[in-house]
Amino acid sequence: MKPAPFAYKKAHSLDEAIALLGEKDARLLAGGQSLIATLNMRLSAPSLLIDINKLHGLNGISEKNGAIEIGALTRHAQAEHSEVIAKHAPLIARAMPYIGHPAIRNRGTLGGSIAFADPAAELPACLLALDGEVEAAGPKGRRAIKAADFFKGLFETALAPQEVLTAIRVPPAGKGTRVGFAELARRHGDYAIVGLAASARADGKGLSDVRLAYFGVGNTPARAKKAELALARGDVDAAVSALDLEPHDDVQATAKVKKHLAGVLLRRVASQLLETRP
Amino acid sequence: MNDHTLDISLTVNGERVQERVDARKTLVDFLREDLSLTGSHVGCEHGVCGACTVRVDGEIVRGCLMLAAQCDDSVVETIEGMSDSGEVGDLQTAFEQRNALQCGYCTPGMLAAAQDLLKRGGVPSRDEIREHLSGNYCRCTGYHSIVDAVQAVAQQRAGKSR
Repeated sequence: MKPAPFAYKKAHSLDEAIALLGEKDARLLAGGQSLIATLNMRLSAPSLLIDINKLHGLNGISEKNGAIEIGALTRHAQAEHSEVIAKHAPLIARAMPYIGHPAIRNRGTLGGSIAFADPAAELPACLLALDGEVEAAGPKGRRAIKAADFFKGLFETALAPQEVLTAIRVPPAGKGTRVGFAELARRHGDYAIVGLAASARADGKGLSDVRLAYFGVGNTPARAKKAELALARGDVDAAVSALDLEPHDDVQATAKVKKHLAGVLLRRVASQLLETRP
Repeated sequence: MNDHTLDISLTVNGERVQERVDARKTLVDFLREDLSLTGSHVGCEHGVCGACTVRVDGEIVRGCLMLAAQCDDSVVETIEGMSDSGEVGDLQTAFEQRNALQCGYCTPGMLAAAQDLLKRGGVPSRDEIREHLSGNYCRCTGYHSIVDAVQAVAQQRAGKSR
C-alpha cells in the first residue's frame, strides 16, 4: 500500500521541531524504519511529518559527566561499529546485530527506537537493564527521564506531545560489569518472539545488582525481579521457576510458549553473566 | 507548491536529477515511476523483503522506508548503475552460473546487499554471508545457491587482489 497524503517539513533547529510538533497530528521523522512502514500500511496517517535528520548536535556517541551519551539521531550502524560503545556499553554492542538487517541499521536511529517503544524491540530493554535514562527537550526546557519511568504502555512513553527525545544515557561499564543478551526470532533480524537483556555486577564468584529486562512479553519491556534475586543467589533453576512474567498470546507464539522460551533465554543469559573472564 | 509536494535535486547513477515529488512518495516508487528505473523492485512495502534495496550516499537502504523527499542532495545508486559500471558484473555471472536466481524478483536487492558485504574486502564465512543477506527474501532458491555464488565471488576477488 501507499501512505495517505501528508505535509513534509525539514526542521532546521531543535526549537523549530518542537514548535512544529504543536501542529495537529504532527509526527517526527528520524530514521523512519518503523514509521514509514506504518505509513505504507496506513496504520498511521499523520498530517505533518517533521524531518529531523539534518538537525545538528543530535548525532554522536561521547563520554559526558560520567555517562555514555548517545545522541538520538545516532544510527544503529554507527553504534554497531563504535569503539566507545564496544568498550563502555557492551550490552548495547551485543544487542546491535540483532536489530533488523544491515540496510535497516544504516537508517534506523537509537533515539527513534527508544521513542517508538515497540514492546518487542531490543533497545528499550537494554536501556531498562542498564538503568539508563533519556533526555527530552520540549517547550518547557529539558529534562531527564529514567528508563523505569519512560515506557508507559504499548508504543506509549512518558514524552509529552511536544517533547523531542534528544539523547539516551547509560552508565559506563566498570571492571566488574557483566552483561548478557539473547533473543529468539523466526529469522535473524526480525522482531523477537521473546528476548532478554541483562546486566549485573560480578561479586566474588557470584553476582549482584542483577537486572533482567525482557522484551516481547507484554506491552513494555519488563523486569523479572524475583528471578533477579534468585540469580543473584546463584540459583539458575530457582530463577527460571521464579520468572514473574505475564506474556500475552500474539501472532508469533502463545503466552505459554513465550513463558517457556523466557526460561530458555534466562539459562543462556545466566551463563553469559557467570562466564569467568580473565 | 505547498508542503505536500517538494522539489528535489539529487544524483542518481551519476546523473543529476531534478524533480517535483509528492511528500508521500517513497524512494523506490520515485525511482520506478518518475525515473523509469524499474530494476529496484517493490515487494512488501514495509521493510521486510529487501527487494527494494538501493544505495543512498554509499550505504544500502530500504527504498520503501525512505521518502524521495528525504533524498534531496543525496547520491542514489540503483542496480542499473551498479550493473552499468560493471561493479557487480562478477556477482551477476556467478548468480547465473550457480542458479542463484529463478524468478529474479529478489535479485537486484540481493546483489546490492551482497556487494555491500563484499566491498569490505576479505572472504566472509557462509554464516556472515547469511547474516548480511538475512534482510533479503528469496522465495525460489532456498538461499544455498545464493550463498555459494557470493562466496565464490569473494574468493575470486580475494585471489585477484593478492
